[in-house]
Amino acid sequence: MMLAAPGQLISISRISHDPNVSVMLEQALEYPINHGQGEEVFRLAPDLVLAGAFTSPYTVGLLRRLGVEVAQLPIVNTLDAIPENLREVGRLLGREAAAEAVIAQFEADLAALRVLRDHVPRAALHYANNYTSGENSLAHEILTAAGFTNIAAEAGLSGGGTLAMERLIMLMPDLVISGQSYPGASRSEEVLRHPAMEALRTRHASHALADAEWVCGTPAVLRAIARLAALHEGG
Amino acid sequence: MSGLVLTDFSVAHGPCDVLRDISLSVGPGECVGLLGPNGAGKTTLMRAALGLMAHRGQSSISAMPLSLRAKTVAWLPQTREIAWPVTVENLIALGRLPHLAPGGTPGDADKAAIDSAIARMGLEGFRTRIATQLSGGEQARVLIARALAQATPVLMVDEPAAGLDPAHQITLMQTLAREADRGRAIIASIHDLGLAARFCTRLVVLWRGGIVADGPPLSVLTPDLLAEVFHIRAHIAQTEDGVIVQPLGLVS
Amino acid sequence: MSRALWVGLGALVAVLFAASLLIGPAGLAPVQALSALVWGDALAETLVMREIRLPRAILAMLVGAALGLAGAAMQGYLRNPLAEPGLIGVSGSAALGAVLALQTGLAAAHVLALPFAALGGAVIAVLVILALAGPRGGSITLILAGIAVSALAGALTSLVLNLSPNPFAASEIVFWMMGSLQDRSMTHVWLSAPFIALGAVVLLAQGRKFDALTLGEDTAASMGVHLGRLRLALVMGVASMVGAATAVAGAIGFVGLVVPHLLRPLVGARPSALLPASALGGAVLVLMADIAVRVILPTRDLKLGVLTAIVGAPLFLHLIYKTRRQGQL
Repeated sequence: MMLAAPGQLISISRISHDPNVSVMLEQALEYPINHGQGEEVFRLAPDLVLAGAFTSPYTVGLLRRLGVEVAQLPIVNTLDAIPENLREVGRLLGREAAAEAVIAQFEADLAALRVLRDHVPRAALHYANNYTSGENSLAHEILTAAGFTNIAAEAGLSGGGTLAMERLIMLMPDLVISGQSYPGASRSEEVLRHPAMEALRTRHASHALADAEWVCGTPAVLRAIARLAALHEGG
Repeated sequence: MSGLVLTDFSVAHGPCDVLRDISLSVGPGECVGLLGPNGAGKTTLMRAALGLMAHRGQSSISAMPLSLRAKTVAWLPQTREIAWPVTVENLIALGRLPHLAPGGTPGDADKAAIDSAIARMGLEGFRTRIATQLSGGEQARVLIARALAQATPVLMVDEPAAGLDPAHQITLMQTLAREADRGRAIIASIHDLGLAARFCTRLVVLWRGGIVADGPPLSVLTPDLLAEVFHIRAHIAQTEDGVIVQPLGLVS
Repeated sequence: MSRALWVGLGALVAVLFAASLLIGPAGLAPVQALSALVWGDALAETLVMREIRLPRAILAMLVGAALGLAGAAMQGYLRNPLAEPGLIGVSGSAALGAVLALQTGLAAAHVLALPFAALGGAVIAVLVILALAGPRGGSITLILAGIAVSALAGALTSLVLNLSPNPFAASEIVFWMMGSLQDRSMTHVWLSAPFIALGAVVLLAQGRKFDALTLGEDTAASMGVHLGRLRLALVMGVASMVGAATAVAGAIGFVGLVVPHLLRPLVGARPSALLPASALGGAVLVLMADIAVRVILPTRDLKLGVLTAIVGAPLFLHLIYKTRRQGQL
């Protein structure tokens, strides 16, 4: 959406309309959505389909056999990979210049946010099901860029994984960044409000929420970094 | 009054009455044999009198509150059900349940009643045996001992002799007769006319929903009654060993 | 015999409870852990012990006792060793009730809505099973009715969770069908303990009546057992215990089958003695299973029902075989 010329984008994933994970919700609401099913996408007769690495391989194969060009974008695990991805989408859409402009802006903003700090507080990412992110993950890079260390990395975790609540508490983070709650109830999210975590937050650590801006490798991560970095000043 | 009194007693199965206007009184010391062809309502009469089935009219037992009823009458249904592999002694001890205080444990009186029931049924050697592993005849004796341990003035038994060998049948009937001698009121449904005639003090014949005969064995088991109710003819004689009834054939 | 059994079971519960407190991914030293638990002298250790491990150990004990006792009571009433709350769909229906309360928001609106909804689900299942299986609880009807009730409850649970707007809900079907005690809190203890205690009091009070039922319904009734009241007590007692246990831990199967089966010979097969013994035995089994899931796969949430089924299902097959050989099936 950031890169496409008006009229170039004809349909977007239904996820873009989910306020919990969409970083460009307002713009997204102007486009029709699809549900990632081969039939409905084919009926739109697109010249190009941008798919994620997690898009069903059967759907991708079907579209390709039907003669639709499908480009699969890799998952972004580092901040440095974001410009490359932007450049790739720009090339596919024939919007190289627009892409370069966005990239330049992104790199400048990122550099401005990376400030050397004397005190590096320890932060814990705590999502539903005790899921967290260690080294080699975008969330880890966001934390580091904002001037925090990640306790999951201390615990030796690489990539995404679970860290038992017991171990998280024993590591005594200074900041707990919790995943947001989706509507409807789930047992997975109960851990976010577990009395032990509540006690940790009220008695020791400060608290922040992770949201859509943390999820995908787009320039929106800058906003997450900026809000996180602001916590240094706040407390 | 420690016996059974039924007055204007009726039991319905759906729209029709299975038993109508029955009046019967059984007192202490009586051993009543309840006779009648299949389907005459012997089991129904006993279950309804016990309050296990809905009925009209009066039953001195079903009118009692549940806890008093359990101390007044012991009931031995025909199906010999023993659900769990408990020891013979524990099974017989179940007869004492109605006498235990809530939360109480069996006292000396209970133990005496259990021992006495075991002795009377000749089950000393069986105390620690698992009841479900015994033969059918042995199980029947254990269940009768359980009913005896309940130590009630009235004992109702449904087809106690069914499935027992002759020796056990005789022992069983002797036991029932002896319990009557001790002052209990015994009501037993029996198919074997010979056994009934020899060991019961009184026979009651049920037929077509009512009592058609009631009295001492010889006055009840007339050739006419046997022909009409049971469709048989029989040899009936009074001997040194008591009354003998031997069915001989069908009447056409 | 009897005294040794009670002391042994009690000691096992105590040892396993302590082990459950001391085993966990944080790897606390036992002395330090107990000191933190009792005196609250270190923030991190105290949080781990008081808010994570203590509720987990208490719940394992409560849930195990509930399932063991409910199984023994169902078997005592139906006089059938195959009657088990999990197998005959009572736990599954309780899970459905709990899921409905959670997903409709009732549980969030009122604290007690969750256990009551689970209890309601369990009541319906017990009533359906009793109606279908009849007073004697014939094995075939019992198992068939159980399959149908379980399947329906499981399907509806899946449906509700799939319809949930929450992306995590659908992945929790496994939790509701297999059960887990991971990351439970004291809130869950307070939510379930009163219901489990109430059910235990109700069911334990029926011990002698179950004894009398050994001789069949007619004999029991003639010995002063009020069958209608016993049935009501059974339904409410079982539903209360299984409902509360399932609401906080999901449906854990086979506990009520394995425990009474193993303990029955040790209590002389008397249903009244089997009830408290199965409560203790159930606590032992679930504490063991819950320790095992932490030792086998410490980093993942292995479900309790997986372990209990691995132990219980072969035993179930053995029982079916035995029942068939005795010509009761």
